[in-house]
Amino acid sequence: MSAVPNAAAKAAVAESLYRRRRLMNHLALGLASAATLFGLFWLVWILWTTLLNGISALAPSLFYEMTPPPGETGGLANAFFGSIVMSLLAIAMGTPIGILAGTFLAEYSRRSWLGETIRFINDILLSAPSIVLGLFVYTLLVKPMGHFSGFAGAVTLAFIVLPVVVRTTDEMLKLVPSQMREAALSLGIPQWKVTVQVLYRSALPGIVTGVLLALARISGETAPLLFTALNNQFWSHDLAAPMASVPVVVFQYAMSPYDSWHSLAWAGAFMVTVFVLAISLIARAIVARRKVAND
Amino acid sequence: MSTEHALPAGAIAQRPDALASRSQRDLSADRAFRWLVTGAGIFVLVSLFAAALSMLWGGRAAFSTFGIDFLTTTDWDAVGKKFGALVPIYGTLVTAAIAMIIAVPVSFGIALFLTEVAPPWLRTPVASAIELLAGIPSIIYGMWGLFVFVPVMSTTVIPFLTTHLGPLPIFGPLFQGPPLGIGMLTAGIVLAIMVIPFISSVMREVFLTVPTRLKESAYALGSTTWEVAWNVVLPYTRSAVIGGIFLGLGRALGETMAVTFVLGNAHHLTASLLMPGNSIAATIANEFSEADSDIYVSSLIALGFLLFIVTFVVLAIAKLMLMRLSRREGN
Repeated sequence: MSAVPNAAAKAAVAESLYRRRRLMNHLALGLASAATLFGLFWLVWILWTTLLNGISALAPSLFYEMTPPPGETGGLANAFFGSIVMSLLAIAMGTPIGILAGTFLAEYSRRSWLGETIRFINDILLSAPSIVLGLFVYTLLVKPMGHFSGFAGAVTLAFIVLPVVVRTTDEMLKLVPSQMREAALSLGIPQWKVTVQVLYRSALPGIVTGVLLALARISGETAPLLFTALNNQFWSHDLAAPMASVPVVVFQYAMSPYDSWHSLAWAGAFMVTVFVLAISLIARAIVARRKVAND
Repeated sequence: MSTEHALPAGAIAQRPDALASRSQRDLSADRAFRWLVTGAGIFVLVSLFAAALSMLWGGRAAFSTFGIDFLTTTDWDAVGKKFGALVPIYGTLVTAAIAMIIAVPVSFGIALFLTEVAPPWLRTPVASAIELLAGIPSIIYGMWGLFVFVPVMSTTVIPFLTTHLGPLPIFGPLFQGPPLGIGMLTAGIVLAIMVIPFISSVMREVFLTVPTRLKESAYALGSTTWEVAWNVVLPYTRSAVIGGIFLGLGRALGETMAVTFVLGNAHHLTASLLMPGNSIAATIANEFSEADSDIYVSSLIALGFLLFIVTFVVLAIAKLMLMRLSRREGN
């Protein structure tokens, strides 16, 4: 007789436990969804602000007038030119070394301690604060030369390009099927020719993606340029002299008290954001197309 | 080259010396290429250590003049040429801590949403959108922070915090002060937004590596989705999750531009999170071009050296933790 109320009590306990677990589950999953909305909220807010302020500040004169003195109107032509020159030079310096080092990791040092160490150090370089690289190039180039220069800026950016290209080259070469290497080597082709003419060709889209991602990363880079390329209010194509760049001008103008400088800063910020996002989308598209082609 | 390929086998056999010289040439070309790629690999290795050594060299005047006082005093006097790094060190640690307190739970939530909760068609677009946040240059975060977020903080959030949290006994002093908007709390929040995509994408990737069998066993025993996530997925991926968190911490410690805009560049040590402060990276960015004496420049480079050492250790821990999971996966 006493078993019946006992069973009922047990059932009640089980029911309340079940309800508590269900509640906990709903609560946790609800919070997870809220966290995602929280993340997307900032993305939308930041992009919206940049778009709104940037578009209202856009004008054709941005592209042919120089950066103005305080309180006057002008453009960003010299800053655009400086950014393009330094970025291209950085890509030109960083990419070949990066591809070769990535080749070393993927093809010449599999499972060796040297390869593992380099891969480890490269991953740290990839996330290292860029300001540190700026100080490094300052002591390496600017201090001995005695003045800031566009060349020093390009070298700093090249050190940011390098680990990105090393990483993507390493990963893309590892994806190349080993039958391809074996087939080429069995024809008696020397290994360097196999690497350059077979493996690079197969890994090319991936490597291009890596270079594009590196370009996206350096085109918004500000901090390391402050102690290497500095800034220049005038048009300058002299790599031995200080050189303007869009991010540094944006920084200087945004921190100023002048409204006309603020609107130029927003225009620069808008251009950089659009450029970076467009490059990232192109890089993604290349990767996606490659996936489809391989399937 | 192509003509040699076209030669019939017999023709080569008649010219053994040509064959030998060709294989000799291939051999030396191979050797040269090997040296080239090895040199490039070692260049990567050397550049990191060269960066560390060059900053140690550049900061030697500061280290030898101030000794251990450089780390423990708060003076930052360009005229009197006395420099102590305690304020920027404190600011760096506090802002990074605020960022991690916000970013870690949010990133875990996002990763959980993207792997367990969201319908499959929603996962890829949302994940790409979150990753887009990581692609926005840090100077944009800084401008947005200064022009848009700081006014919101000073008119709404900070008055709310001072009236509701300010009078509390222990935590109170953290939330007292004038509603300036710029300060360590604002910088911490902006940093949190910046590191969320890094931490959540690592977490998402490692959550996807959990074997389906393991999760299905737990579901078969009657576990809820949350219980599977908390008791199966998280323990299985623990080391990589910690690695992802340290990766985000490394970013937060070294982030420069966003923090420079909203931190206020003030060399005072205050308990309040609402007051302006300074961080290592922001101090260097703000003051480097104004540094007029050798000892000033040297102190700033010494700060950079400290930042480098700290981020190196944090990122090395991150990497080792991430490697532990992938080794278990058998890669």
